[in-house]
Amino acid sequence: MSADSSNLLQTPLFSLHEELQGKMVPFAGYAMPVQYPLGVMGEHNHTRESAGLFDVSHMGQVVISGEKADEWLETLVPGNIIDLKPGRIRYTMFTDENGGILDDLMITKREDDIFMVVNAACKEQDIAHMRAHLPDHLTLTEFDDRALVALQGPKAAGVTARFVPGADEQDFMSYMEADILGVPCFISRCGYTGEDGHEISIPADKAEEICRALLAEPEVEAIGLGARDSLRLEAGLCLYGHDITTETTPIEGSLQWSIGKRRRENGGFPGADVILEQLKSANVDRKRVGILPAGRAPAREGAEILNADDNVIGVVTSGGFGPTFGGPVAMGYVKSEYSENGTDVFLQVRKKKLEAKVAAMPFVPQRYYRKPK
Amino acid sequence: MSVYYSEDHEWISVEGNVGTVGITDYAQNALGDIVFVEVPEVGDDFAKGDEVAVVESVKAASEIYSPVAGEITAVNEELEDNAALVNSSPDGDGWFFKMAIADKSELEELMDADGYKAFIAGLE
Repeated sequence: MSADSSNLLQTPLFSLHEELQGKMVPFAGYAMPVQYPLGVMGEHNHTRESAGLFDVSHMGQVVISGEKADEWLETLVPGNIIDLKPGRIRYTMFTDENGGILDDLMITKREDDIFMVVNAACKEQDIAHMRAHLPDHLTLTEFDDRALVALQGPKAAGVTARFVPGADEQDFMSYMEADILGVPCFISRCGYTGEDGHEISIPADKAEEICRALLAEPEVEAIGLGARDSLRLEAGLCLYGHDITTETTPIEGSLQWSIGKRRRENGGFPGADVILEQLKSANVDRKRVGILPAGRAPAREGAEILNADDNVIGVVTSGGFGPTFGGPVAMGYVKSEYSENGTDVFLQVRKKKLEAKVAAMPFVPQRYYRKPK
Repeated sequence: MSVYYSEDHEWISVEGNVGTVGITDYAQNALGDIVFVEVPEVGDDFAKGDEVAVVESVKAASEIYSPVAGEITAVNEELEDNAALVNSSPDGDGWFFKMAIADKSELEELMDADGYKAFIAGLE
């Protein structure tokens, strides 16, 4: 760790990361493992082939309780929360008055309240934002005494099921509460790698014990933030602060699928006038698209996207090498007239102008679990 | 044949006036799995310390600096399809380019193998 690490927060798994020889780096104010001795490529491939355990305890875990908390939450997000059934999870975002995205998050409707997971870098502002709008009859609680880990990969659910019988038959985007080694956990069938798996919220003082037990299973390796980034990029998933920001609306960000029919008709969330007008007219200046560079050179965040006449038509917001895809992959914003899949574009990478194509995402098929009907 | 090392973790192996340049085992290990190398073009001229190549790992791009001044006479085309050679053989098949050294006295500013070994020991 660098000398200025003293200001960094630690997750409940910090000493386990050090024991596992995690290379610790600052991330959103926390000391987090960017990789372990297996390395980014090895960790990425292991997750796609078997099961990887990620510490995501830096993310915010928040509960809103009280009468009709779902109705109130709909005043801050465009997702359909009222009609979400108890035990179900939904992806949505906090929007601002201009239709920009303040953060993206996962919302779980539980029997008596609403549980949400927000990005680490945004959690303080998200909580302040909610508190500023929170009516007296609702209560906001941050679970800062809980760790959060993600077990991801084709063998992940089978591993979870050894500790929680039936966890492998739990539906995608659903939530349950169950004990792992006698410890009460929140178990969600979701993740951010494009793979099947679970996210598990654990009381902080038991997190290391449970993670040691998960890591002792032969399929499981500890995975750092480096592979988490390449996995989510291949899966076409947005990284807040890069692929979506306050400067991009959910429509520009190609997240219109997350806005349900009733919300499209009735609005009632910040920036609805802007967002619904963009949705209705299908008229936006720019769109988030997938981009496949033709050669082997990765195009990184910030690389300009050009047309054949060398005019700048967009910018890469996430880019790198996709180990499973087997080549460079990127996403970014382009002017709408260039957003059709298959459109030829060029990428300015250092002094070279590289050929590329606008391409459908995900770059690697998502393999979420669908319960047989 | 003598091999010299820079503080930026490049090696240059010199035969006559031609130097073959690559990155050290320490550097490839720090970079992790290498997925792409952008090599210079034959005929390009570089001053000592110029950015001459780029190495990309899964997570980041890193610049490689010319250890001495000179003109590029050959590049390792194998790296185009197999950048991982830099990981598996950093001081052999994973070489980057050859250059005609402009001024051999610049080599004296570099380290020998023992000096480099002491240098990286000091980084840990």
